[in-house]
Amino acid sequence: MRILWFAWFRTRVGAAEEAVTLPAEIRDVRGLVDWLRTRSPGHAAALADDAAIRVAVNQTYVKFDHPVTDGDEVALFPPVTGG
Amino acid sequence: MSGPSVDAGKLVVVRVQHEDFDVGAEIAALTQGRPAIGGVTSFLGLVRDIHGDARVGAMTLEHFPGMTERELARISDEAHARWPLEATLIVHRVGRLEPGDRIVLCAAASAHRQAAFDACAFLIDFLKTRAPFWKLEATDGGERWVEARASDDAAAARWQGPETRS
Repeated sequence: MRILWFAWFRTRVGAAEEAVTLPAEIRDVRGLVDWLRTRSPGHAAALADDAAIRVAVNQTYVKFDHPVTDGDEVALFPPVTGG
Repeated sequence: MSGPSVDAGKLVVVRVQHEDFDVGAEIAALTQGRPAIGGVTSFLGLVRDIHGDARVGAMTLEHFPGMTERELARISDEAHARWPLEATLIVHRVGRLEPGDRIVLCAAASAHRQAAFDACAFLIDFLKTRAPFWKLEATDGGERWVEARASDDAAAARWQGPETRS
């Protein structure tokens, strides 16, 4: 699975992109976020607040109950501030 | 980047670019050869030099290439579905910008003004809450990521009805 990080999530994680092998028991975004938090203190800091997490699977916004599979590209980022 | 797309005579222009744009030229191009258009409304966003209590020397706009263009196209399509529009335009800059620089242009063209006014407000309200851009400000106190504003969510929420996709 390809994980993309943007804005201050990227700076806390310390990478713009990661390739991970999704554990078989993880089925949805909620499970993915919980698992990513365990990867490093930076990951935990980026994902500390559920309310500040936006998720796009294959470039489309999804909610935490959305299913994920190892072939997905999952982007995680804070609330957007363009315009 | 994606160029103009035409669907049943409706024009949707979405661009993300580093370079500056010319507002007059953009609107002229949007309306060229479309005599059904009776009015165009536009919103031009500029970089401010003050944010809260901090003086902003510059900002850097980051985005999610690919998804940004797709999301701007979705927002445009939603505007066309809600109002009788002839054409819409969204141009958003990325990279380093300074106070006074143009940052975003939204425009909506319709036979009559009310649809154009409403659709233009919808475009910028939804862009601010859905398009994946982030601002990193360089202030006199150092660099900081701009925080999302609850007032922007409220502005977008006023357009939400039962027909809105989430």
